[in-house]
Amino acid sequence: MAHTVSLFVVLAAVWLLLSGHFTAFLLTLGLLSCLFVVYIAHRMDVVDHESHPLHIGHLLPIYWVWLIKEIIKANIDVTKRILNPKLPISPVLFTVPATQRTDLGKVIYANSITLTPGTVSTDVGADTIQVHALSEEGAEDLRGGAMGRRVTEFEGKP
Amino acid sequence: MEVIQDIFGWAFLMGGAFFLLVGGIGVLRMPDFFTRMHAAGITDTMGAGLVLIGLMIESGFTLNTAKLLLMLFFLLFTSPVSSHATAHAALLAGLKPWRRGDKPAKSLPDPRTAGAIMTTTEPAQPKSRTASPQRRNGPHKGGRR
Repeated sequence: MAHTVSLFVVLAAVWLLLSGHFTAFLLTLGLLSCLFVVYIAHRMDVVDHESHPLHIGHLLPIYWVWLIKEIIKANIDVTKRILNPKLPISPVLFTVPATQRTDLGKVIYANSITLTPGTVSTDVGADTIQVHALSEEGAEDLRGGAMGRRVTEFEGKP
Repeated sequence: MEVIQDIFGWAFLMGGAFFLLVGGIGVLRMPDFFTRMHAAGITDTMGAGLVLIGLMIESGFTLNTAKLLLMLFFLLFTSPVSSHATAHAALLAGLKPWRRGDKPAKSLPDPRTAGAIMTTTEPAQPKSRTASPQRRNGPHKGGRR
């Protein structure tokens, strides 16, 4: 139920933000279409804890701040490598263990790896993630497992 | 107040432009598909992010800022998914990642001669010309051939 309400709130907020018109007619149309979409999504059985991760919602902003810091650091590192005349890259394909117990946790981890420049997740297995890294140093950072531990901490119960 | 807003807004816009340029240079300099994806990742995160933040500062506290924030939000969710899908597909198709010590991949033209190769291969593909004559010849010369 909470997930259905969450879907309706998100849809209504997006409608209000994107339309920018606040006449009674358009607001009624918006309300009707939001309710209709919620009804369809409910019938399709796609409204659950994965599309609306309410149980970890309060922990996500903390993780995002940390992730943005990591993304900026990685961006500066890759920028230096690109602008270096010697092009000091040593691409490597390797696997890191994924200790997350839920699919949602694994997806967050794999997406965080890809979002950080210099590392791209190329395959997600049952308990490993295959990663292509631009440099050996970037690969070592990821093998250290700091990012994986953080995701495992807040992913919640399976 | 407006001056301060402009200074910060343009600082972010120029920063974003710098990272977009670096991403472009990286795509040209990198030896193979996978390393090029890393360079393109800079445009996805830092480039687009800084440009959007700069635009948010320029537009001030309005509905447009909320829309720009929404764009940034969705960009940070969708771009890693498409990157992952592309890299996964390339590996499944059997593309071998380049390792240090390998020669540059044969199928990839040298950036300095890439323009020349493109002009020599163009007449060999008449299909693309008939499919979209306006793109190359302009709207009024479409029936030249």
